[in-house]
Amino acid sequence: MKLSSILLASALVLAPMTAMAAGKTVGFSQIGSESGWRAAETTVTKQQAEERGVTLKFADAQQKQENQIKALRGFIAQGVDAIFLAPVVATGWDAVLEEAQDAKIPVILLDRKVDADPSLYMTAVTSDTVYEGEVAGNWLKEAVAGKDCRIVELQGTTGSSPAIDRKKGFEKAIADAPNLKIVRSQTGDFTRAQGKVVMESFLKAEGAANICALYAHNDDMAVGAIQAIKEAGAKPGSDILVVAIDAVPDMHLAIANGEANATVELTPNMAGPAFDILDAYWKDGTLPEKWVQTESKLYTQKDDNKAVYEMKKSLGY
Amino acid sequence: MMSDTLRRIAPQLVILAVVILLNFIVFPGFFSIEFQNGRLFGNIIDVLNRGAPVALLATGMTLVIATKGIDLSVGAVMAIAGAVAASVVTAGGGWVPALLAALAAGLACGSWNGILVAIFRVQPIVATLVLMVAGRGIAQLITEGKIMTFINPGLIHLGAGTILGVPTPVWIWIIMGCLVTYVVRRTALGMLIEAIGINETSSRLAGINSRVLLVAVYLVTGFCAALAGVVVAADIKGADANNAGLWMELDAILAVVIGGNSLLGGRFSIVASLLGALIIQSVNSVILLSGMPPEFNLVIKALLIIVILFIQSPTVQHAIYLFRASTPPHAPTEERAEKSAEKSHKNNQTARESLS
Repeated sequence: MKLSSILLASALVLAPMTAMAAGKTVGFSQIGSESGWRAAETTVTKQQAEERGVTLKFADAQQKQENQIKALRGFIAQGVDAIFLAPVVATGWDAVLEEAQDAKIPVILLDRKVDADPSLYMTAVTSDTVYEGEVAGNWLKEAVAGKDCRIVELQGTTGSSPAIDRKKGFEKAIADAPNLKIVRSQTGDFTRAQGKVVMESFLKAEGAANICALYAHNDDMAVGAIQAIKEAGAKPGSDILVVAIDAVPDMHLAIANGEANATVELTPNMAGPAFDILDAYWKDGTLPEKWVQTESKLYTQKDDNKAVYEMKKSLGY
Repeated sequence: MMSDTLRRIAPQLVILAVVILLNFIVFPGFFSIEFQNGRLFGNIIDVLNRGAPVALLATGMTLVIATKGIDLSVGAVMAIAGAVAASVVTAGGGWVPALLAALAAGLACGSWNGILVAIFRVQPIVATLVLMVAGRGIAQLITEGKIMTFINPGLIHLGAGTILGVPTPVWIWIIMGCLVTYVVRRTALGMLIEAIGINETSSRLAGINSRVLLVAVYLVTGFCAALAGVVVAADIKGADANNAGLWMELDAILAVVIGGNSLLGGRFSIVASLLGALIIQSVNSVILLSGMPPEFNLVIKALLIIVILFIQSPTVQHAIYLFRASTPPHAPTEERAEKSAEKSHKNNQTARESLS
């Protein structure tokens, strides 16, 4: 936890130019830009590469694994020095990871893990998605302070690992609080449009007065849901508490406007720690742990969300 | 004459009624409509409102499918139109120029498809696949990969506002549907489109300018898709190039098929396609209101759709017909059969008159 915070801070603020990384070429296979967060991850990765003098070869897979595998094979053929992979799904990577290993190209997984032998990749830089759910759940538990609370939940894409983990973490956090109860839970596919549609149905099915809080697996769904709550004549942020995960700029804006209450940050800077790991490896062959966890910071109405919004706006969310 | 139209859309009406009944069973408050904040508020309104994008797409798609074509690019065109509208308002333009620019983008996409199909004779499924794949990339280029948010009240009104208490998208799809139906059924256009779908060569030999008509139907789909894209973007106050209209082309095709239109072209009914769109949205509503875990969503949807398509299949329809014909108090069956065959022959004309 500490290590990652330090890495994060140094990467964000100083971005040290190390001679080791300069002039190297790194291939980055990105899932696509399915969400604003991912667009920001892409922007930050490109920024990080530029600051360190690394040539970044970027491949957008448009949410398809076959495109990612093709991109990885392309990187291997071009003989890049390292590969960053943000895997769209967990399975089916063994063959191409073996090819990378045969070519002696280290692979670092960003943001998501894969079901493959850990020896096939150098490390995975990810957040702890279960922990994110826990942070959100703990915040809500404190916020309602023992009062009864009927919660509606907007899940991420069914079967995706962040959706499963964020649900698990949240449920774990509220398990010892009998006053908190999830009354409806449905997928909003991580998108604003679906978040709004599903929240509309929650509001009809339960009645706005009977919903005390909304927990959304990502901010985009929460932002959509906030619009639905307003259209139903209730006040998001006070009538219905809104807590979500990701900390995208629009959510900071919503919190600043009092329309949302809290968000747990999923940092878009996965590449910073990854480049640091590569630096250490190229310098003296230091191998990292198999999992490097990034920080999950909680933002509430106490923070200066307006300032964070201005800072994050340019990241491409 | 009205009864012919009714007979044509009877299966869709029955299915819609059954699905709505399902809604009522899983959620007894389904029919309650309240008036609050100057807008009608209720599940029925939601179905009409949320069905808007697919209904708009289905309007254009019906015409394309009637010519024996298909347009896979509508989802991507939605993303492009939404991105264009958002970029115009974020650049300081008003909502009218934004809407016009988005519609122009839709027409440009439509003409691209139309020219590929009508002039270069590329098979429709391949021709429109090009834009389906490339279109989302174009939309991403316009939004620079971000969700492009906007606060222009005029544009937002198109998706999230109301007119006389009814959500604007509901007006948009109903007016668009009526307009297109009126134009194709009050003129010979509808029949000419059907002629192309049945046999393009012979229709051309009969003097129909099939090229112009083919381009025209793809223009209409492009236009409808652009409208749907603007509605979807306005609804969430942002253009989401990645998700706007994603897989919606499949829902639109499904709506047309549920509407009883043949993918092999020929006779078509826009009203039935619109009912198909409402049926799909009602199925979505059942899933949302039932409170079932989301793992079941697609399974339930697939089951309901299979049942609907099964009921509509020619084999089952024929069995129902035989069953009806064999029950006693009816008139001699052969005569009825002949009569109905004759009637369906005439349906072309009568339906056109009565639909308007």
